[in-house]
Amino acid sequence: MSSTFETVANIIAETCDIPRENITPESHAIDDLGIDSLDFLDIAFAIDKAFGIKLPLEQWTQEVNEGKATTEQYFVLKNLCARIDELIAAKSA
Amino acid sequence: MRLEYFQMVDKVLELDLEARTLKTANIVPEQSPIFEGHFPGHPLLPGVLLFEIMAQSCGMLLLRLHNYDRMAFLASVDKGKLRTFVTPGQVIEVHASMEHDGSGFARLKAKGLVDGKPVCSADITLKTMPFPAPELRGYLLTTAERIGMPMGEPQAPDARSCAGNLSHV
Repeated sequence: MSSTFETVANIIAETCDIPRENITPESHAIDDLGIDSLDFLDIAFAIDKAFGIKLPLEQWTQEVNEGKATTEQYFVLKNLCARIDELIAAKSA
Repeated sequence: MRLEYFQMVDKVLELDLEARTLKTANIVPEQSPIFEGHFPGHPLLPGVLLFEIMAQSCGMLLLRLHNYDRMAFLASVDKGKLRTFVTPGQVIEVHASMEHDGSGFARLKAKGLVDGKPVCSADITLKTMPFPAPELRGYLLTTAERIGMPMGEPQAPDARSCAGNLSHV
């Protein structure tokens, strides 16, 4: 997860012009870092490309909108990185 | 091109489903009220419409790749460049290519050429979602027919490991 987090944090810092030191595993992408949905598309694009995966953003959004999940499950960075690791593992399985 | 109706794409020149590319022809009209103001005595196609032309070609490619199961909306334009003037009567050939087909969005590259020379280019991000109105899908299918979009078999969803399947959720 640590290398995944480093990559994701660097992507966020570069894409959204957020100081890297402000980005921690506990950061909530929306509530703490102020990333909006359009910026998150750029982040998702960069993450997809970096890891060779496809973040299921639509599914996550639907789950949050339907109350089946919280934004923390997907947008707190340590949780996001865990999801990314799962997708990477599923890809190579 | 019917500027007042935002019908930018006139004809499909080439569609390659495997390479995920589309080439379109976009003919700038000789007459339009737009040229009365932009600019008097020096009519130019507004640069913002060049971005619209590229975005529409990208959208046509995306919709075709997914067999018109969802609508695409322009979300962002990155690295936009307007290289030279485009004037009434010129034909802009737009080359659109899929760079990444994500979940609920896609990133494409587009460039426009007049007489083989580049006039504009951009990275286009499109947001995708279910058609908000059934008549919109009908309109786009009619548009596809008008511009000669080849409508054979849709692309196999799992043809590429990272290819998007916009109907997966």
